[in-house]
Amino acid sequence: MTLKQWLLSGLLASTFLVPIAAAGPIENYSPVTPERLKNPEPGNWMHYRRTYDGQGYSTLDQINTSNVKNLVPVWTFSTGVVEGHQAPPIINNGVMFVSTPEGQVIALNAKTGDEYWRYKRQLPEDLFQLHPTNRGVGLWQDKLYLATTDDHLVALDAKTGKVVWDTKVEDYKKGQYLTLMPLVVDGKVIVGGSGGEFGIRGYIVAYDANTGKELWRTFTIPGPGEFGHDTWSGDDWKTGGAPAWMTGTYDMDTRTIYWGTGNAAPWPGETHPGDNLYSTSVLALDPESGKIKSYFQYHQNDSWDWDEVDAPMLIDLQRDGRTIKSLVHPGRNAIFWVLERKPEGIKYVAGWPYVYTDVWKSIDPNGRPIADPAHKPGIGKRVEFCPSLWGGKDWPSAAYSQNTKLVYVPANENFCGGFTGEKLPLVPGKLWLGTKPEDIGLTPRPGATHFGELQAWDPATGKKVWSHNFPKSQLFGSVTATAGDLIFVGGTNDRMFRAFHAKTGELLWEQKTNSGIVGMPIAYEVDGTQYIAVQSGWGVDAQRIQDALVGKVPGLENNVPQGGVVWVFAVKK
Amino acid sequence: MCKSDQPTTSITSTDAELATAMCQDPTRRALILTALATGACLASSRSSIAEEDAPGSNERPQKADVLVFAEGDRAGEVIKPQDLKAGGPPVRAWPKDPNTSVIRKGSRLNEVLVVKLDPAELDEDTRSRAAGGVVAYSAICVHTGCPITAWVKAASSDKDVFKCVCHNSEFDPRQSAQVVFGPAPRRLPALPLVADDGPLTVAAAFVGKVGATQSR
Repeated sequence: MTLKQWLLSGLLASTFLVPIAAAGPIENYSPVTPERLKNPEPGNWMHYRRTYDGQGYSTLDQINTSNVKNLVPVWTFSTGVVEGHQAPPIINNGVMFVSTPEGQVIALNAKTGDEYWRYKRQLPEDLFQLHPTNRGVGLWQDKLYLATTDDHLVALDAKTGKVVWDTKVEDYKKGQYLTLMPLVVDGKVIVGGSGGEFGIRGYIVAYDANTGKELWRTFTIPGPGEFGHDTWSGDDWKTGGAPAWMTGTYDMDTRTIYWGTGNAAPWPGETHPGDNLYSTSVLALDPESGKIKSYFQYHQNDSWDWDEVDAPMLIDLQRDGRTIKSLVHPGRNAIFWVLERKPEGIKYVAGWPYVYTDVWKSIDPNGRPIADPAHKPGIGKRVEFCPSLWGGKDWPSAAYSQNTKLVYVPANENFCGGFTGEKLPLVPGKLWLGTKPEDIGLTPRPGATHFGELQAWDPATGKKVWSHNFPKSQLFGSVTATAGDLIFVGGTNDRMFRAFHAKTGELLWEQKTNSGIVGMPIAYEVDGTQYIAVQSGWGVDAQRIQDALVGKVPGLENNVPQGGVVWVFAVKK
Repeated sequence: MCKSDQPTTSITSTDAELATAMCQDPTRRALILTALATGACLASSRSSIAEEDAPGSNERPQKADVLVFAEGDRAGEVIKPQDLKAGGPPVRAWPKDPNTSVIRKGSRLNEVLVVKLDPAELDEDTRSRAAGGVVAYSAICVHTGCPITAWVKAASSDKDVFKCVCHNSEFDPRQSAQVVFGPAPRRLPALPLVADDGPLTVAAAFVGKVGATQSR
C-alpha cells in the first residue's frame, strides 16, 4: 500500500468510526416520568434495586447460564477516590450515573464509557465521616438527586451536572449525615438521616423534586403525645437514634412506602429502657403526608447495633395455599422475616434464623423475638453475642428472582462479637456508642469452616435451597439476580466479582478486579447489547471487618487495595 | 460569588476560597455552598456554638498559646508536663490564647492529643518538637476526619500507638505520627511544644495541614 492509499484508507475508516464523545452536555436525555419509574424499561436501572419493590431483579436474559463464561470487560473508568464504593451505577437510556465517596457524581456514556460531566462536592474541612460512602442518585424528569455526607440534598441538572438546588437537611456538626440513594415518588425526593452512633433522633424527610422545598418530615422516634412515645423513658427519645439511612421500597398499589430503621442509641439497651419504637423496625408511610400507617419492630430494645435499615422486598408469595402480599427481610438480627402487607397493617407470618445466633430463644406468635439475657449487652459487663455487630447481613441487599422464586442473601456466618457497655454523656457531634470503640470485638466461632455465605432461600417454605461458602472471607456486597438465571455478587476480600447459577449455586464465572467490591451489581442494555456493571472500591465496614479478622484467621487476605473503578462487562462476540 | 444568581457547579477551590473570604467565615463552607447554589448569601451570622463567636476561637493554634485540658474534671485548666503520665495515655487538649484567654475550640480541627513519652524513643524530628518527652499532634484523622480516640497496642508491634477507630488507622507518635496501619494517607500534623518549667506552650503552628484531604 502506498502512503497515499494508506492515508486515504485511514480517512475513509475514520468516517465510519463512532465519533469520540467530548465531555459536555448530554443530548437527547430521556426525562424520567412517573410512569417510567413505575414500570422501568428492562434495559434501565433507575431505582436503587431497579424496581420500587426492591427485588434487585433484572428481566434481561441475553447474558445467561450458558454464555456467562464468555463475559469480558468492555470498558472501565477510575473514579479517582478511595473508600467504599457502594452505589449501583444508575442507568437511563444509555446514560450511566455513578456516585462515589466524597459526594462525587460522574455521568458516562453507558455504551462507550466516555465522560459527559462530573460533579464533585467540596466537603467542609471539619467534616467527620464515619461512613465515607454514597449509595446512588435518584432520578426525576431532567434532574438527579445526591444526598451528601455533610447532610445536604443536592439536585443536579442531569444533562449538565450543574446544581439546580441545594438544601441543608440537618447539621453535620451534630453527627447528622446522609449516605443513601434518595427514593423518588411522584415528584417527591425522600431521604433518611444517618447518625445512630451520634445520638441523633432519626427522621425521614421529603422534598419537592423541582424546588427543594421540604414537604414533610417524620421522626422515627415518636414525640410526646404520639403513639409509641411511652416506649421510651424520660428524655431518651430525644437522642435515641433509629436512623433511616437506606432507601425505602414502595408499594404502588396501596401507595405505601416501606422504610427500615436503625439501632437504638447508644448501643446498650440498659441505657434506654423500653421497646424503643420505631428503632429496628420497618415503617409503612404515606408518601403524600409522611404519616405512619403501620409498623413492625424486628426486635425490641436494641442492644447490638443491629440496624434494620435495609428495606423489605415486596414479593407476592404462594404460601400456605394462598397468595401473600409479603415483605421479606433477612434481618441484621439473624432472623429471616416474612411479613404480610394487610389493609389493617403489617402482620408477622414467619421468621427463622438464617445464620447461627445465640441471642434469640424463640419468636412469639406476634413476631416478637425473645432475647437470652446472657447475650444481651448491658452496663459494666462484657457480653458476647452471635452474630457480630454486623449481623447476619448488614445493609448490602439481598435479591429475589421472579424466575426461581428464591431469595439470595449475602450472609455472614460464624462471626460473633461483644463489648462492655458504659453510660457516657452525649457530646453533640461526637461518637456516642455506649462502649469504648476499641472494645468492640469480632471473633470467629471456634471450628468455623467459612464466613461469607451466599444463600438461596425459598421464602414460601423457609427451606435453604443452596449455599456457597467463602472459607477465607466475609461476604459484604449486594446481590443482583437476572432472568438469565444468574446471581451476581462481589463482597469478598479476594477482589473477585462472581456469577452463580441461580438454581444450583454453581460458580459459573469470576473476574479479579482492582479492589474489593462492596458495590451493587446491575444489568442494563444499550442498542440491543446487555451489560453487567459494578463498582469495585473496598472500604468502610468491609474494611473494618477485614482489619478485625487479620491475625485471628490464618491465611486471611490482609491487603485489599482501595481506589474505585467502574467495571462494565458484556459477552465476547 | 455569594450574590450570584447563576447556579454553580464544579466549584473550584478558588471559588470556595473567594466565597469564604467574602462571607467572612471560614467555618461555614457548607452553608456557603448552599448559598452559591441557591443564589442567596447568608444573612445570619449567629452561631450555634457560643465559642465560635469569641474572636480567635476558630483560628489554628499559634505560637505562645498554652494548652488546656479539653475534657474531664480539669477541663479548661492549663496542662503542665508533670500533669501527664509517662508512657500515656494521651490527653485531649485545646490551645488557649494567653492574652485574650480565648480557648480555641470553635473548630474541631484545633483539638490536639498530648502524650508524654520517653525522649530516648523519639526520632530526631519528633524530639525537636517535644517539650521534654511531651509531644502534641492533631486529634483529627487525616483519612476522613474522625477524631482519634484510642491508645492501643499497634497491629504490628507491641508499642502503644494512636488509633482512629473509625477506619483503624494507626499513628506512632514517636516517629512524627507516621502511619503504621490503616488507610490514612499521611502523618498527623505535629504541634511543636516548649515548656520552660511552666505550662505546655505552642512553639510554632501545626506542621502540615490538619484534617482530611479531599482528592481532586
